Amino acid sequence: MTARIYVSLDAAALSVGAERVARTVERIAEERRADIALVRNGSRGMFWLEPLVEVETDAGRVAFGPVKPADVAGLFDAQFRPNTKHKLYLGPTEEIPFLKRQERLTFARCGITDPLSIDDYKAHGGFRGLRRALTMTGAAIVDEVTQSGLRGRGGAGFPAGIKWQTVLKTTDPTKYIVCNADEGDSGTYADRMIMEGDPFVLIEGMTIAGLAVGAAEGYVYIRSEYPHAFRQMTKAVEIARDAGYLGADIQGSGKPFDIHLRLGAGAYICGEETALLESLEGKRGMIRYKPPLPAIKGLFGKPTVINNVISLASVPIVLDKGAAFYKDFGMGRSRGTLPIQLAGNIKQGGLVEKAFGVTLRELIYEYGGGTATGRPLRAVQVGGPLGAYFPEGLLDLPLDYEAFAAEKGMVGHGGIVVFDDSVDLARQARFAMEFCAIESCGKCTPCRIGSTRGVEVIDRIIADQDRAANLTLLDDLCGTMLDGSLCALGGLTPLPVQSAVKHFPEDFDRPVSRAAAE
Amino acid sequence: MHSYSHWDVGAAQSLIAERQDMPGALLPILHALQDRFGYVDTAAVPLVADALNLSRAEVHGVVSFYHDFRKEPPGRHLVKVCRAEACQSMGCERLVAHIKQRLGVDFHETTGDRRFTLEAVYCLGDCALSPAVMIDGELHGRVDPARFDELVAECGKVT
Repeated sequence: MTARIYVSLDAAALSVGAERVARTVERIAEERRADIALVRNGSRGMFWLEPLVEVETDAGRVAFGPVKPADVAGLFDAQFRPNTKHKLYLGPTEEIPFLKRQERLTFARCGITDPLSIDDYKAHGGFRGLRRALTMTGAAIVDEVTQSGLRGRGGAGFPAGIKWQTVLKTTDPTKYIVCNADEGDSGTYADRMIMEGDPFVLIEGMTIAGLAVGAAEGYVYIRSEYPHAFRQMTKAVEIARDAGYLGADIQGSGKPFDIHLRLGAGAYICGEETALLESLEGKRGMIRYKPPLPAIKGLFGKPTVINNVISLASVPIVLDKGAAFYKDFGMGRSRGTLPIQLAGNIKQGGLVEKAFGVTLRELIYEYGGGTATGRPLRAVQVGGPLGAYFPEGLLDLPLDYEAFAAEKGMVGHGGIVVFDDSVDLARQARFAMEFCAIESCGKCTPCRIGSTRGVEVIDRIIADQDRAANLTLLDDLCGTMLDGSLCALGGLTPLPVQSAVKHFPEDFDRPVSRAAAE
Repeated sequence: MHSYSHWDVGAAQSLIAERQDMPGALLPILHALQDRFGYVDTAAVPLVADALNLSRAEVHGVVSFYHDFRKEPPGRHLVKVCRAEACQSMGCERLVAHIKQRLGVDFHETTGDRRFTLEAVYCLGDCALSPAVMIDGELHGRVDPARFDELVAECGKVT
């Protein structure tokens, strides 16, 4: 019998040697004439165990990891049998505690299937949402998404159904679906994992969105820092087109939908939806004034649904299992699940999909196992470079859009970056301003000038020049940026800065070291 | 390692012609030029402007807006180091200092022997395995100074 062996092609798995492990598996199988089929799957999201090697057994899949090329021969010697004595043996994959307690809806298939096999995709529930959507009216699909309570997973948390409803109501014959795959927030990689590990779910979600609002074309804007994701999506779109899941006549329904891929060019601001649209049109990534909303006047001036990868990839399960099923997960006004990304100084970094309501403490200690360095945790930044820095005392905060907003933070795209006690929050606040200055599109003054002034003011605070007055000035500047910026870059940069000052005031009141003074 | 062609007007024109009818063709064209030549030659600006019925200023404005587009050919190996928060939490600034010293260049510079160009990036999406470095499109996680030196040595084997 052919043994199915799985080694991930996810870029993060490759970054610690999965490609060499896969090649070694192939080479040794050939040398020993072993009857194996090597599947290059997405990642299960347990990155501290990558390169993870899984084997299909009578009792389900079992895992070994992290595997080095030199370990592969030994695995063949043991015939990949479940062996609790093997130093790399992790047991049945699904029983690994990190995975076992997750609620994977959007990531249901990621790491399990061959990402480019339509048969595999269908065998694991794929295209069921689309099949149902093809029998429904656009209004009924939009209603299902609205009822599910799905909110934009890119960061802003705007209800997806309301966005879709606005586009549905427009009468223009040309409309677009745009997928924002410009995942620039540090500490996030869920979009990348989906595009590499289960690209058809994104294609299916975009197609359903197209059917819902009456759009025949979609664009995916992928950041250039993700070459693996871009290549994988290119292959997946071609395969879907060949199989009749994209094109002029989707599965014999007579309805058209096709997808084009575009590559970004290293501008963080293009993750802002209107800057992204400008970039897709071939212009500088300058943000647009709103109104008009993209839903009314978006790509090439046409009504446009623009959603993040995870928002769109969550649509198929909503259509497949129904709004009530999805809505049943979560708390308050945050419904469904959130793919959370544990990042930075964390022992067990990876993807945890859980219903809203899970606390930071559970995520960081029960899933993440604490810091990678073993030193005490001092700060976490949630929601990317525009998210707040929280101290240990706020770790019992539940992941919930409203709960985070109440603490002047944001859930954002669900990235959690952990810092140990070596972090200097004054430096982190300075970086937030510096990053804003580097990435500002320059359209509005509070962001363009304010960020540079912010770096200077923080430099003076660090250098102990008139600290009290400069802290007041910084607060005032943050207020101007918050209220006066046109988009979230200038408008949210004050979040990391002010949270650092509020929760870690001691870092802004340190004696000046001689090295720093010179 | 990338192998780039020398700047060639004819080749540039055909790359442009193949893409000029795409909706929003400018970024795909600039990427195609940079993939072929390693940078966007200033001589390409009027060609692109003509093809897309834009002013040269508009094309220049786009080339200069995006961090990716280079105006000069890079070294044989392109090293991108992540400096964003997740990598900061794992000490990427110490790695950055090591890399600058090891290669003898600052960011956006190319070594004298034209082997390496060093760039900073803000997030490579490998945030659970920080610090991350990308060399010639290959992603590397958990990179410490010793690992970086190994990677540089591996580049040496293929040049």
